[in-house]
Amino acid sequence: MFDQAESFVTADGRTIGAVMMEMKNITLRFGGVVAIKDISFDVREGEIRAIIGPNGAGKSSMLNVISGFYHPQEGEVWYKGARRPEMKPFEVARQGIARTFQNIALFEGMSVLDNVMTGRLNHMKSGILSQAIWYGKAEREETENRAVVERVIDFLEIQHIRKTPVSRLPYGLKKRVELARALAADPKLLLLDEPMAGMNVEEKEDMSRFILDVNDEFGTTIVLIEHDMGVVMDLSDRVVVMDYGKKIGDGPPDEVRNNQAVIDAYLGVAHD
Amino acid sequence: MFPDQFLFGVEVLLNGLMAGVLYALVALGFVLIFKASGIFNYAQGVMALFAALTLVGIMDGQVPFSHLINALFGTDVHHFGWHVPAFAAILLAMAVMVGLAWIVQYFIFRHLVGQEPIILFMATIGLAYFMEGFGDMMWGSEIKKLDVGIPQGGSFWIEEATAFLGGSNFYGFFIDQLDIVAAVVAIILVVLLVAFAQYTKQGRAMRAVADDHQAALSVGISLSFIWVLVWSLAGFVALVAGIMWGAKSGVQFSLSLIALKALPVLMLGGFTSIPGAIVGGLIVGVGEKLFEFLIGAPFLGGATENWFAYMLALVFLVFRPQGLFGEKIIERV
Ligand SMILES: Nc1ncnc2c1ncn2[C@@H]1O[C@H](COP(=O)(O)OP(=O)(O)OP(=O)(O)O)[C@@H](O)[C@H]1O
Ligand SMILES: [Mg+2]
Repeated sequence: MFDQAESFVTADGRTIGAVMMEMKNITLRFGGVVAIKDISFDVREGEIRAIIGPNGAGKSSMLNVISGFYHPQEGEVWYKGARRPEMKPFEVARQGIARTFQNIALFEGMSVLDNVMTGRLNHMKSGILSQAIWYGKAEREETENRAVVERVIDFLEIQHIRKTPVSRLPYGLKKRVELARALAADPKLLLLDEPMAGMNVEEKEDMSRFILDVNDEFGTTIVLIEHDMGVVMDLSDRVVVMDYGKKIGDGPPDEVRNNQAVIDAYLGVAHD
Repeated sequence: MFPDQFLFGVEVLLNGLMAGVLYALVALGFVLIFKASGIFNYAQGVMALFAALTLVGIMDGQVPFSHLINALFGTDVHHFGWHVPAFAAILLAMAVMVGLAWIVQYFIFRHLVGQEPIILFMATIGLAYFMEGFGDMMWGSEIKKLDVGIPQGGSFWIEEATAFLGGSNFYGFFIDQLDIVAAVVAIILVVLLVAFAQYTKQGRAMRAVADDHQAALSVGISLSFIWVLVWSLAGFVALVAGIMWGAKSGVQFSLSLIALKALPVLMLGGFTSIPGAIVGGLIVGVGEKLFEFLIGAPFLGGATENWFAYMLALVFLVFRPQGLFGEKIIERV
């Protein structure tokens, strides 16, 4: 459809850029379980791309493939116009891809501020020795990183808990801190695995607003897994639908919603 | 003027503190690795022995593996014939410990990621015996004297300065200069380690890995780099402990047994707490000396230092299994 276009305008009038990441024929197996079966899709610059599907469809597995936590047996990952070799998660992160986890992975023993600060680690240049020798330079770098972190903290409205140990926070706030840490890395691509799971309506509204604002203000490309169909319809530019490891739909939210295979999957129609 | 008996008690306490600092140092090596990787490193004591052996070998200009070389080639080489100054030798020994950290990571623990803790523990037992044999093969197994220029013997200065405190039978506190140096070095080391962990990029990454591996990966931290780093730091701590202990009682196999003294320290302080290791070390050091002085020697026939620390740790385990600084363990049902 838009495959050849350098950029295009969505139904909502949003301009979406060129292809940034492309998954080509990805297959991922765990022993006998095929978590992802021959799936291809692309992610374009500046868009919010949703992945939806019933439980166990393979959505998190796909995100884990993108972020280097899982390595597919077959298929290729293309990033910024080049085929990406098999990478460890930390190498992927250093390419400007940040993520959050379905089950929240925060540094429970640290304060909110320290957690968000770890998001800046990749932007800290100074090694051990130069930090000891050029103390001034290290200090300037620290100040700069602190400024970025404070901006993110303001942006996500978590100033009031800056110094609180993460382990004392309620679930909804933890999810927000995890997003803050990912944002602090100043990512090109942001991967969010069910950022609103387990939240009440008000928290969900806040989180939706933050995701839209991030995309708007920083132009960050976002891949998002979400169960709440209403949220997906509101947020996303394009949607990939997965079921039992297969892709059963791909396109703008309205189109996908009316797709018969998608309706069947969500209503639990028996597979043949 | 204080009663002499009281002053002797104070002297025992001071000596206990000095011994405690060394226990703390060894315990610290354990804590560093355990926090970052969940590995309980049984080889920590042997690392101290190996570090001290390497240091002596380098200082004396010993040819490594000379026994093996001579057996294979029918030669008769033992020494290069030079002596390396202590400072340079310490730097070289440190480089060897970093190399060791790298080898341990790349040849052993890289292949054991995600294994059960008991398997990792077994691997460190294997490593301990391998290193013991390897150290012997490299540097020979005879007892060696280590002299890096630290003054030894009682400090006359302290004795004279404190003699006035007691009566004519009290000659001032007797404190070994080596112990004082050891205490000062250990304190500096701990301050440096804490500053490193708090304020440097690598230190932050180290704390992140200690807290959550998955999260650390997601912010771009290489776990293997951090593991090499903590094994290097543990090697550095082992080297310092090896120097202090070796200077005191010679470099020999028994040096590796100081690790056993670190066990009760860890039980007291908790396996994951740096302050715990320090405070635990001091409590064990002071506790065992004072107990011997007040109760052991007069009432129990002495030699209580061998078991006191373990008794104390056992009592502690029963009432506070998480250690002094560990968080309370609450089972979720
Ligand atoms: N590390 C793993 N080892 C073995 N099997 C796995 C692993 N990760 C995922 N799977 C399997 O892959 C399949 C897809 O799981 P995945 O977590 O990707 O689903 P999901 O779409 O994210 O589901 P949910 O909505 O419940 O989060 C499941 O059958 C799951 O059991
Ligand atoms: Mg999932």
